[in-house]
This record gives sequence, C-alpha cells and structure tokens, in this order.
Amino acid sequence: MSWADFFVMKGYALYVWGSYGVAIAVFVLEIVLVCHRRKISIHQLRLMRDAKTGI
Amino acid sequence: MTINWFKYSAPSSFYGLAGKLIPWFAWPAGVLFCVGLYIGFFVAPTDAVQSEAYRIIFIHVPASILSMIIYIVMAGYAALGLIFNTRLSSMMATALAPTGALLAFVSLWTGALWGKPTWGAWWVWDARLTSELILLFLYLGFISLQASIDDPRRADRAGALLAIVGSVNVPIIYFSVQWWNTLHQGSTIKLSGTSMHIAMQQAMFAMFMALWLYVIAVVLMRVRSIILERERNTQWVTELKEYQQ
Amino acid sequence: MSKLSPFGLMGLVIVRDLTLAMRRRADVMTILIFFVMVSSLFPLAVGTEADLLRKMAPGVVWVAALLASMLSLSRMFSSDYLDGTLEQMIIVPHSLSMLVLSKIIAHWMLSGLPLVLIAPVLGLQFDMSGQALMILVVTLLLGTPVLSIIGAIGAALTLGLRGGGVLISLLVLPLCIPVLIFGTGAVAQVLDGVSAAANLSLLGALLLMSLLFAPWVTAQALRISLE
Repeated sequence: MSWADFFVMKGYALYVWGSYGVAIAVFVLEIVLVCHRRKISIHQLRLMRDAKTGI
Repeated sequence: MTINWFKYSAPSSFYGLAGKLIPWFAWPAGVLFCVGLYIGFFVAPTDAVQSEAYRIIFIHVPASILSMIIYIVMAGYAALGLIFNTRLSSMMATALAPTGALLAFVSLWTGALWGKPTWGAWWVWDARLTSELILLFLYLGFISLQASIDDPRRADRAGALLAIVGSVNVPIIYFSVQWWNTLHQGSTIKLSGTSMHIAMQQAMFAMFMALWLYVIAVVLMRVRSIILERERNTQWVTELKEYQQ
Repeated sequence: MSKLSPFGLMGLVIVRDLTLAMRRRADVMTILIFFVMVSSLFPLAVGTEADLLRKMAPGVVWVAALLASMLSLSRMFSSDYLDGTLEQMIIVPHSLSMLVLSKIIAHWMLSGLPLVLIAPVLGLQFDMSGQALMILVVTLLLGTPVLSIIGAIGAALTLGLRGGGVLISLLVLPLCIPVLIFGTGAVAQVLDGVSAAANLSLLGALLLMSLLFAPWVTAQALRISLE
C-alpha cells in the first residue's frame, strides 16, 4: 500500500482516522491525567510535611 | 526458605514493586502497538466487502474485550477487599475503573465509526454495542458512587457491593439485550467470511497484547498515586524519596 | 413481651411504613403526577399520529414508570436513617433481610402499585387496544416490584450521601434495563399477534431471582453504609 493510499484509505479516511485519532487521544489523555494525579499526590505529601516541620 | 506470599499485599511494599514493574509493561506495550498497527495497515490485505474501513477492528475489538475483562478483574479485586478487608485490593479496584470506562468509551466510539460506513448508521443497536454502552454506565456508576463517599473504607465496601451486583447482572443484561436485538433486527456485526486472513489475526493479537500491557502499566501508575493519597499519614511514606525531596 | 413471628414483624413494619407515608400523602401523589406528566410529554413531542403513538405506548409508559420509581427510592431508608430507627433495625435480633423485604413491599405499595392502577388510563391516551393494555398492566405488576427490589440496593448504598435521587438512578437504571426490555417486549409481542408468554415468564423469573437475593444484598449494603 502506498503512502497516498494509506492516508486516503479508499475514501474511508474519516472513519478510520477518526477512530484511531480519538483512541490515541484517549490514551494520551489518560497517561497525562495519571501523571498529573501523581504530581498532585506528591505535592500534597510535601505540603503536609512542610506543615508538620513548620510547627 | 519460606516464601511470604502476602508480602506485597501491603501498600507499603507494593508501592515499590509497582514502580519497578511499570517500565516492564510500558515499553513492550509501545513496541507491540507499533508492530500491531504496522501489520494491520501495511501487511493485512483489504477486505473484500468492507474495504479499508474494516481496519478499525484492530482497535475496536481489543478495546471491547479488555473493557469487559477489566470490569471482571475490578469486581474481583473489590470482592477480595470486601471479604478479606485488604485495603490494597480495594485500591486496585478503584484504580482499574477509569481505565475500564475509557476503554468502553473507545469501544463505543470506534464501533459507531465502523458502523456508519458499513451498515449506514452512526449507532447500530447491535446487541454487543448496546451491552457495551450499559457496561460504560456500570463503570460510571461505580466511579460516581466512590466519588460521592468521603469515608474511604465505606467507599471501598459500597463500591465493591455495587461492582459485584453489576457483574452478576452483566450476563442477564447481555442476554436480555440479545433477545431484544434479535426481535428488532437480527443482524449482528461480523466480518466477511468466517476465516480471517492470517495477517489480520496477527495484527489483532499484537494490538490486544499491546493494549493489555498498556492497561497494566497505567493502572499500576494510578494505584501508586492512590496509595500515596490514602497512606499519607503512615510512617513508611515519610521514608520515601518523593517525600524527602 | 410476646415473641413476634417473622411474618408478624413484617406486617408490623409494612403497616408502620404505610401509616407514616399516609401522613405525607403528597409524596405519594407527586410520583403519580410525575408518571402521568412524563407519559403525556411524548405525544406532545412526537405528534398525534395514531399508529406511531400505539407503537410507542408500551415503551413510553414503561420508561415513565421506571423514572417515577427512581424518584421515590431515596425515601425508602432515608427517614428511618435520619431518626435513628434504621440503626435499631440492624441491632434487633431479627433477620435484617426480612425487615428490608418489608420495607420494599411497603415502598412498592406506595409507588409501584399506584402506577399499575393508573397505567390503563395512560394507555388509553395512546389508543392502545384492550388486549395490549391488559398485558401492559400485567408487565407492570410483575416488573415494578423488581424495580423496587433492585432500587433498594441503590437506596441502601447511597444512604446519607449528597447527590441523592440522581445518584441512585445512575446506579440502578442499568440494572433495571432487562426489566424494561422484557416488559415492553411482552406488549410488543401481543401487538404483533404473538403470545407474550416468553417475556412474561422471563419477567417472572427476574422477580423470583431478585426476591431471593436482593434483600440480603440490601441488608449488607445497609450495614456498610451505617458503620
């Protein structure tokens, strides 16, 4: 299959790339959200630690 | 040498283990994903009936199957947490839910986009797609219930009960939807012919494994955050590198 | 103090719940009014073509019944929870499942049974045939108890939580979908001229199964919520 064929997908490009595009977007979003959640958890831990040592 | 099978059932020891395991799942997932997509797009031939649109199945089918497996695993962990009172089991259930829900969504979205060119409608009330929609509702119910309860132990147990009731209901729901569907339509989603070209099978398998490994990696990451959130008042957390900066 | 038989206790709880509800008749009436209003919305929305209405009727009535039942669920345990009666019920040396079943029966008599009784009137709004109407009432008679039984689990899990009725509906509606499918399927079969026996027996099976398991599950959910 040539690269031109790859992008056009015999006219079904909207459906094929719409599917894979959204799927990959979802996975990327999930990874971003999980990393963000970890950052927040660690940040809250540090806030707690600072509050303790501040006494 | 006695093996302590339950060594990693404590959040404190599982946290470290999970952290070490994540790359072992994440990297192979990425590689298999590329391999699967390559085979699926460049090696597998064009389908006689559905032309290029069929290639959506390489993401649709693994997502669907995994969304169902994840629900069962989630209910299993939740049940373990309820019966044995183990916090980590419940944390795993909570960690699995968002991933399962997202995969159910991907399954529905790709299913709709597959349905439009193939059967002419954006939403085909196929028995399996409809059951998938109900599965998404079950996930969202579980997540909402846990989000509404402040006490973590009550949230664990209530969620567990809901997940168990849900999994008992899933066969009933599936059967009733099948019944309803054959009365109204009678057609189910199938590929042309009963045998799949070998390259299609390979691509499907690679994508399925890739997605499975990805799910494990993501859930391990999420459960680590959950552990940090729930265990923040314990001694072992103060000894972590993240805590001490 | 004479020992109370299990059935005596159940009767006591049912009578108590009914008495308490009769003091707040408005609560029961609002559900009925909601049911009638929602059913009436559909002809307004889709037009009055008789054929279409007749086809839609079982579905519309059933969905309205489902929604109306969901509305009343939060009240099943909340008033007892707020005044401490529920804790007493858990401590008492009688089967909590039986007590729960009594409350479910009382709830159904107050929310499900009225729907069953009013449904024929709504069916006439949609110009349903007599035979179809009869089957509709039978499906509601078999199905609304199942809605109360499964709904009890949701009510018990969400005790005291903010989000109230909507959260319960979110949890319980997916579980009630088989009831909806078999209920409307039975009427559809009769409209097609086929016997509705299959759907009706499936509904009956759902009723029996939920009667067997759900009260016990609800009791566990109550214990979880009250710890």
